[in-house]
Amino acid sequence: METRGFVGRGRDNSGRIPPGQHDAGHDFPVMIAGGAVELAREDWRLTVGDGVVSKTYDWDSLHALGTESITVDIHCVTHWTKLDTTWGGVPVGALFDDAGVGDYDYSIITSYGEYTTNLPTTDLVDESALIATSYDGAPITAEHGGPVRLVVPHLYFWKSAKWIQQILLSDQDEPGFWEVSGYHNYGDPWLEQRYSLD
Amino acid sequence: MEAERPPRRLVWSQATVTGTTDETVSARTIVFDVPGWTSHRAGQHIDVRLTAPDGYQASRSYSLSSGPGEAPQITVERLPEGEVSPFMVDVVEIGDTFEVRGPIGGYFVYDPEPAPLLLIGGGSGITPLRSMWRCAPDPSLVTILYSARTSDRIIFKDELADYGGRVSIHLTRETESAYRSGRISKSDLRNALTDEAPPAVYVVGPTSFVETVVAELGPMLTDPRAIKTERFG
Repeated sequence: METRGFVGRGRDNSGRIPPGQHDAGHDFPVMIAGGAVELAREDWRLTVGDGVVSKTYDWDSLHALGTESITVDIHCVTHWTKLDTTWGGVPVGALFDDAGVGDYDYSIITSYGEYTTNLPTTDLVDESALIATSYDGAPITAEHGGPVRLVVPHLYFWKSAKWIQQILLSDQDEPGFWEVSGYHNYGDPWLEQRYSLD
Repeated sequence: MEAERPPRRLVWSQATVTGTTDETVSARTIVFDVPGWTSHRAGQHIDVRLTAPDGYQASRSYSLSSGPGEAPQITVERLPEGEVSPFMVDVVEIGDTFEVRGPIGGYFVYDPEPAPLLLIGGGSGITPLRSMWRCAPDPSLVTILYSARTSDRIIFKDELADYGGRVSIHLTRETESAYRSGRISKSDLRNALTDEAPPAVYVVGPTSFVETVVAELGPMLTDPRAIKTERFG
């Protein structure tokens, strides 16, 4: 259905902008429920567990697992996409191997500040998901989730929890903060899975 | 008002513009009619989708600025580099159609309660707050702090002047006797907390505005989670 008088100028020839998204260019908007969490690098910890095995990491023991850098496009459910963002950190698969956690279908993420989100474990270990500790070669700022955040570039970015504190692997899915608030349980931007039942 | 409602599939519907109001030099309210629209919760948003002659589509999210039960409307601020907002502010006429889906959102929402309510908005962040103050059952329990750049950028100016609650409008780039000068300060925030019961707090605006307000207001509250925020830009 054509909208009278609308021409638009955001046409994408790159094939990298999912449906309903637009290129944010140099902007990096911030979406947080509540206020940003201020957390010093020395005070940050991440616990990975499955109810039987549990291991807690600090900045140094995380980095000891070996870091990688990825350059990816990220997609926020509020319709912006940012191309070619570079993140450094530890692949989630390497973290799970080191923690010795079992093979469970779901991963439940909890952040400092009590944010939660959920995703299938395969989306953390079989895709380029990172426990990220740098953005664009610099420390991640508090408003963007620093000192350490999750980055899962192939899903809408609310899955990429800021200030990550815990990953609990489970047989049972447990919808998180936005997922119980009307947003999609999986959130594939290419299928435009924004809201429940999309 | 049902907080827990079974999820409902959100489909695109055709909205027909039934009215427009220029709010400021750069903001306009668009009232529209959507077949089957029931109501919304204060603070919710809709997605808007526009289609160009060649089939190209652009979508954006806009907060609803009407109260629950009123005809749905959005109030759009023209962004200098915007793709959709200049169309909404400068081009749309009564009778035009575009697509919408919603209402959407279950976090930054307010369900009417006869209890203290503190609404803090920066710039065009005032738009979802209007839906809240319009349904608050007792305006004498409502405090509105609104930060705008200049007096010609004050959205809902007349309505705020007549509102029964406490309204404080701050101009950050202009001095005018009818308004406060400078940004919303710590003492402004403290003064807004004089009610006996701690208020429900909603803060919305540009990221830096929201971060500053939350950082200053949070420590003044026994439960900082009473603050709900929404940011843009």
